[in-house]
Amino acid sequence: MAIDRAQVRHVARLARLALSPEEEERFAAQLGHVLEYIERLQAVDVSGVEPLGFAGDTAAAAPLREDAPRPSLSRETVLAQAPQQDGEAFVVPRIIE
Amino acid sequence: MPLADFEPVIGLEVHAQLLTRTKIFCACSTQFGAEPNTQVCPVCLGLPGALPVLNKAAVEMAIKAGKAFGCRIAERSIWARKNYFYPDLPKGYQISQYELPICVGGAVPVPGLRKIALERIHLEEDAGKNIHAEGGSEVDLNRSGVPLIEIVGKPELRSAEEASEYLKALRLSLIYLGINDGNLEEGSFRCDANVSVRRKGESKLGTRVELKNINSFRFVRQAIDYEIGRQVELVEKGGKVALETRLFDNEKGVTRPMRSKEEANDYRYFPEPDLQPLLVSQEWARSVSVPPLPQEVMDALTAAGVPQADARTIVNDPTLVEVHRRVGGDPKRAALFVVGELARAVNEREADLAALKFDPALVREVWKLQDAGAISSTAAKDVLAELIRTGEAPAEIVERKGLAQVSDSGALEAVADAVIARNPSEVEKYKGGKANLLGFFVGQAMKDLKGKGNPGALNALFKKKLGS
Amino acid sequence: MSPDLLPLSQLSQALAAGSISPEALLEASLARIRALDGKVHAFLRLTADEALAAARASGQRRAAGKALGPLDGVPVALKDIFCMSGVETTCGSKILRGYVPPYDATVVRKLKQAGAVIVGKLNMDEFAMGSSTENSAFGPTMNPWDLSRTPGGSSGGSAAAVAARMVPGTFGTDTGGSIRQPAALVGCAGLKPTYGRVSRFGVIAFASSLDQVGPFAQDVRGVALLLAAVAGYDDNDQTSSTRPVPDYAKALEQGVRGLRIGVPREYFGEGLAPEVEKAVRAGIEKLRGLGCEIREISLPNSPHAIATYYIVATAEASSNLARYDGVRYGHRAKASQLLEMYEKTRAEGFGAEVKRRIMLGTYALSAGYYDAYYLRAQKVRTLIRRDFDRAFESVDAVLSPTSPTTAFRLGEKMDDPLAMYLNDVYTVPANLAGLPGISVPCGFDSKRLPIGLQLIGRPFEEETILRIAHAAEPAEHPLPPLVEGR
Repeated sequence: MAIDRAQVRHVARLARLALSPEEEERFAAQLGHVLEYIERLQAVDVSGVEPLGFAGDTAAAAPLREDAPRPSLSRETVLAQAPQQDGEAFVVPRIIE
Repeated sequence: MPLADFEPVIGLEVHAQLLTRTKIFCACSTQFGAEPNTQVCPVCLGLPGALPVLNKAAVEMAIKAGKAFGCRIAERSIWARKNYFYPDLPKGYQISQYELPICVGGAVPVPGLRKIALERIHLEEDAGKNIHAEGGSEVDLNRSGVPLIEIVGKPELRSAEEASEYLKALRLSLIYLGINDGNLEEGSFRCDANVSVRRKGESKLGTRVELKNINSFRFVRQAIDYEIGRQVELVEKGGKVALETRLFDNEKGVTRPMRSKEEANDYRYFPEPDLQPLLVSQEWARSVSVPPLPQEVMDALTAAGVPQADARTIVNDPTLVEVHRRVGGDPKRAALFVVGELARAVNEREADLAALKFDPALVREVWKLQDAGAISSTAAKDVLAELIRTGEAPAEIVERKGLAQVSDSGALEAVADAVIARNPSEVEKYKGGKANLLGFFVGQAMKDLKGKGNPGALNALFKKKLGS
Repeated sequence: MSPDLLPLSQLSQALAAGSISPEALLEASLARIRALDGKVHAFLRLTADEALAAARASGQRRAAGKALGPLDGVPVALKDIFCMSGVETTCGSKILRGYVPPYDATVVRKLKQAGAVIVGKLNMDEFAMGSSTENSAFGPTMNPWDLSRTPGGSSGGSAAAVAARMVPGTFGTDTGGSIRQPAALVGCAGLKPTYGRVSRFGVIAFASSLDQVGPFAQDVRGVALLLAAVAGYDDNDQTSSTRPVPDYAKALEQGVRGLRIGVPREYFGEGLAPEVEKAVRAGIEKLRGLGCEIREISLPNSPHAIATYYIVATAEASSNLARYDGVRYGHRAKASQLLEMYEKTRAEGFGAEVKRRIMLGTYALSAGYYDAYYLRAQKVRTLIRRDFDRAFESVDAVLSPTSPTTAFRLGEKMDDPLAMYLNDVYTVPANLAGLPGISVPCGFDSKRLPIGLQLIGRPFEEETILRIAHAAEPAEHPLPPLVEGR
């Protein structure tokens, strides 16, 4: 299945990826190639088949958590890795609602 | 009047924070008002490698809501990821429920209106908070991962007033259930409204507009009314309502398009692979108890003879309901206390309902003293006021303030004899037929007793002594 | 033979016997890393100071007869996908360069509790996306058997470090073959446990419903010891199973007589290198000779596995990788607007393969395509699982080649993503079905490149495939020329 550059741009926007025109072109070709391969699934008869949902062990599933608080991280630790912060919070370019 | 030609169609989506101690997918505290970013951990911070672990209490609160509103509790519901980018959404997706929610159907009874049907109630996690500041926005993730239920009502509301009544009823019910604090200002009870209009008689729904940022009952009415007006005017002029999200500007009282939502939403929902399907056995659902809802309490009060208006006052304030319950005894008398002495004390700022100083059960002791004639009804009022203010034991209040009534027959007799001896002419007149002088004698005796005499006993005593 | 060249289980015995100390073992390990890693590039960083302290503590325990278990004092290394408190963890990506997690993955915690000495973090394809380790943002890893070739991927560093005898045991993750394929390509044993057997907490996610942690070692017994140390329920991971963990090493004593092994005809078709087939068939004969019953079986939906995998894995990845947004940690691009910040940060931080997969996964989940791609793929996944369920009614394990070819040259498949994806054709089905799989060496091709055979077992029956792998593995573990020539 072919995918054009406009679709590539739309998907890149959804995924928050800035692509150069060269990348757009290359991805359109490569993704088209992969999608063409994936197309084979359309021929599989899946009528009446439930999608595989949860991959884990439903026969010995993990219990739910009791509602008891545990200590959080220190704010210093929380903010330590941030590209921009002001000692209290993470800082990002101004959000316009 | 063009407005009259149109019918507004309103559906509300309410996000209510659940009163769990910890977040929905991690053990961080949910306490409101902490310093920014002090209640976060790898999970709610969206650190690489962190995984969600579901809080059982959050599920039980959702079940409670579902049972209260008569929803079907799904034996198997599915977690889904709602994918979008926003600085307050650490993982880049919100864990929510999409195709299979935990509660389906049901309805919210709205007093004086009707039952408003629900689409569903589902569990999800809250996002953090963006604080818009000069030169940038700050991100506080304390709220990230706080459990929410989203209560999706069917579009059965027909006016801003109805919407507001529905919201009030819903809020009160959630507070009764003990699963939400109903605080609109702090954002623990939030409302989005879907509003459309159609010409009367038409069955097809108009294009709906989603209204956000309406955080008080007044704003709900304002925002919806404004939006109805805007849409009707638009349609009247031959325009078309655009499917969009609008923000309510509570300073200007208008709605405006949300710029960050201009881009078409494509949330790319898919089942959350990190969480097993949520299985709620019938046994589990059955074991979750549902306390009485406002209507039931209302019915019980009126059945006990509490006047409608008093019952309404009590029901509308869950704290009053709680006090009424704890006072116990005769429901009517307890109601009188709650809407009388207690309400007065609250009005005069002598009592704080949020931090009651007294044990309501002590009210019954005051009644006991009054019924036994140990204090007068006037004194009883004083004792109750003092009880509310200080929490002191009634007997001690009576003692400290010297409110005990003299009922001892020997003491009363001595005083009565003295009064009769001092007032021979009145005695004459009384015996001559002026029966209303009885009050005079009792009054004299009360004066001698500094107001602490038992008026009933004195009455009887004078009658006996003066032989009538 | 120098004791540090011994396979893990024998090293563990030597430690227990006191014939070598944890400190000496660590020293030998670090010396070999320093001597060889300039050529192999298995490691992204060493944690020598922490390792030294751990080895000393272990030495004291060993001397006092208070060893914590068979791994006490054994040097191990971890794929750079495991979060380790205070140690930079990059997942092979520029977007996480310099990122220092504030917590230990459960696997790391358990290894520390077992007394293992963690010597460093290993190279990998960026976010575990790749089959050659060439997608690492920090340069590729070379195959110790031929430095011009790939050790496979994505856990290429984990495989190469074991093959080059830098450490006796390592851990990796396997989403579509990322443990088994590199194990095969470097000639060591590598196990992907049942989904849910090992906690994923603290393991940086690629595709949540497929990712699973597993060990590498020269010997199958070593793999069994490593698995036992990390397996089990974790209350931080709701996908982990509460089933008890058996004694895997003890299970090896049971032998293989009478076990029924299914050989699926779909795994011996087009694309399989003749020399690989020959070695695998020889392995089958060896097992027959040991008393296994060999049956031909069919897994008819396996040919759909790669297509299914590249939808499910990329869809989940597109969501899992959304958190790398430049807000709380990792790289952030210079930008004055929020949208620009997101788009540039992610454009600068992610490599080409990661971007491709995010794009593919986003596309597969986007409005209008969900049913045709993601939902359909999850249905085919059910069919693939049913194939195995049916097969396991009549056999105890499934045997196949691990990889269709031996190690390919670096750069050979970099321009053709699809060709690279097809490398995983035999390994992907076990991930889709959540089953345990192991690759064990079964010989060499004419270029003296290692060949591996794969065994797939029933859910939570790691013991069975470990027993068969143990029977199939060669008595000797030949050294690559690089190590011999030292």
